[in-house]
Amino acid sequence: MAGRRLTMAEAISEAFAQEMERDPNVFIMGEDVGVYGGIFGATKGLIEKFGPERVMDTPISETGFIGAAIGAAAAGMRPVAELMFVDFFGVCMDQIYNHLAKNTYMSGGNVRLPVVITTAIGGGYNDAAQHSQCLYGVFAHVPGLKVVVPSNAYDAKGLLIEAIRDDNPVLYMFHKGIMGLPWMAYFEGSTTEVPEEPYTIPFGQARVVREGKDLTIVTLSQMVHKAVIAAEMLAKEGIEAEILDLRTLVPLDREAVLASVAKTGRLLVADEDYLGFGLTGEIAAIVGEHLDRIALRAPIKRLGVPNVPIPYSRPLEQFVIPQVEHIVAAAKETMQGRVAAGGRA
Amino acid sequence: MSPSKAQLLWMYEKMVEIRYYEETMAKVYMEGKLPPHIQKGLAFDIGSGPVPGEMHLAAGQEPVAVGVCAHLRDEDTVVGTHRPHHFAIAKGVPLDKMTAEIFGKKTGLGKGKGGHMHLFDPAHNFSCSGIVGASLPPACGAALAAKKRGQDRVAVAFFGEGAANQGAFHESLNLAALWQLPAIFVCEDNHWAISVPKEKAVSVASVADRACAYGMPGVCVPENDPLQVFEAVGEAVARARRGEGPTLIEVKTFRYFGHFQGDAEVYRPKDEVKHLRALDPIPKLAARLKQDGVLTAQEEEAIVARARQRVDEAFAFARQSPYPAPQEALEDVFV
Ligand SMILES: Cc1ncc(C[n+]2csc(CCOP(=O)(O)OP(=O)(O)O)c2C)c(N)n1
Ligand SMILES: [Mg+2]
Repeated sequence: MAGRRLTMAEAISEAFAQEMERDPNVFIMGEDVGVYGGIFGATKGLIEKFGPERVMDTPISETGFIGAAIGAAAAGMRPVAELMFVDFFGVCMDQIYNHLAKNTYMSGGNVRLPVVITTAIGGGYNDAAQHSQCLYGVFAHVPGLKVVVPSNAYDAKGLLIEAIRDDNPVLYMFHKGIMGLPWMAYFEGSTTEVPEEPYTIPFGQARVVREGKDLTIVTLSQMVHKAVIAAEMLAKEGIEAEILDLRTLVPLDREAVLASVAKTGRLLVADEDYLGFGLTGEIAAIVGEHLDRIALRAPIKRLGVPNVPIPYSRPLEQFVIPQVEHIVAAAKETMQGRVAAGGRA
Repeated sequence: MSPSKAQLLWMYEKMVEIRYYEETMAKVYMEGKLPPHIQKGLAFDIGSGPVPGEMHLAAGQEPVAVGVCAHLRDEDTVVGTHRPHHFAIAKGVPLDKMTAEIFGKKTGLGKGKGGHMHLFDPAHNFSCSGIVGASLPPACGAALAAKKRGQDRVAVAFFGEGAANQGAFHESLNLAALWQLPAIFVCEDNHWAISVPKEKAVSVASVADRACAYGMPGVCVPENDPLQVFEAVGEAVARARRGEGPTLIEVKTFRYFGHFQGDAEVYRPKDEVKHLRALDPIPKLAARLKQDGVLTAQEEEAIVARARQRVDEAFAFARQSPYPAPQEALEDVFV
């Protein structure tokens, strides 16, 4: 059925369904994942197919059911736990970062925890400081968790199947504003053709979304779509941006970043997570550590939420979350930037 | 303890005000969110209109807010939930600043930074949170501060029956009982936590049954009736002020709207709301007050008109207020 297009939410629930059919050890726990189908549609239709034993609505007890996922995984099952919004990690982080992330290591590799935690990220619809964060930097910072952040339906399906089959803990983070929900404005570029049969996309492989010779925009998730629009605007002014969608943060495709920046000589990192101590700094550092192979033509530029909680009011939120205009402006500044002449011997 | 005439009329007026506030908000919230004003193909856009973002309304739950707050003073603390308007109104939070906040305006309680789930009014010791279960620990803290300073203040934490399954609930109850804090924990059992009904989430019939595990009294208020709430809470507040420790109270109440506005409620039995509407606590209270000679038809009219005017004025104030300048987003991270 060539040309079948799915929203990201549809691709995700299809991936779940196919893996649950394949492997009876896969089951899902979370708040409102049953009849409701997941607040963001990630588990739509699953309870009808697999019943409440395999698609379990939980009480609002995140420490309990995420911890239970760890225990069930250690006992040989392959649980998926949905944390409704990533912002709620505060009530259950101990199970995630002190146990899920560390038990494999502390056991000398003797404990396997094939757990997938799916969670919604991102703002842009004025849900304020406790429901709008990305926070993937927090999870990527803690060793022992794989971190997957898809930007479109095709990737979402392949990466989720890969996540479920992985014997390690995976945080799978979907941005609300690209799920293709009927009740939230979204970037339509996230709805793509999706093959019907199951397939996997290996972790640690960034995708070149658009080729360009003038500057590299490293980005991910919803910001990929903003970058694509920005790149089209830049092209009209003769600036050809190359866009790299990281797709996974752990593992991170460092070589793809280095190869692209080596080609363009300019780097803009566009992110929706907080600017400080996070993804943008990590990418900048990777390039900074390889200036022996890369001749930068301009200082590195970073866009992210400027270290304030996400404000509620629309003009404030639009100001702190990087928008298309911000990417365009930052790209132009980068084009005009110069590195200091000469290096020291 | 039975309420005075003044308390009865206050409860009635606040219930009317809360209901009209929530119904007005429900209408205003839909402005700009429907086709053709939104992205093609969508049925609704949560991020559009003068009041974007999630919206949790408390129509039907008025008895809980007024039956509790009738016993409170400005200096007593209330910590609310993601569904906070009724608590805020009953606690005396200024309606204009609260509404402006919900519109994201500079004149709002938090200069537009907090929004509907994050209302802070230190002058009336009111706050709330979008995180389920988050109301209980800070209420313990307010109660602890009162105790340490020898003040006869109390602190109330409101939360839903769904929140009673959070670790924060259990930890807080233990702390409060252990330290004999002047705290009252008020659970609004509206039967639903989004789509999950109480019987599929709570291991006991009444959340109040859990009180004995922590060594405090547990009271179940079986009807969505402000007078029953008033009575149960009156005792709990008096105990707390006397230094005799905390109480856990569960009130059976009604959620008339969806979990949030725009919720299709696919999980909810068709006639449930119709049935609950027939039991509406507001006309019930009016009838009772009239029967007892506390309220005349004329007074009723005046109360309704006054309450509506206050709400209409607050919405007008919010609409007319300016938005903050974008750069103001960078202020107030620290004092
Ligand atoms: C820690 C946390 N988990 C999940 C949520 C998502 N959530 C918001 S309200 C809600 C249901 C709350 O139910 P209840 O406590 O009964 O309050 P009600 O909505 O019925 O007033 C859920 C699951 C949240 N905000 N915080
Ligand atoms: Mg409830």
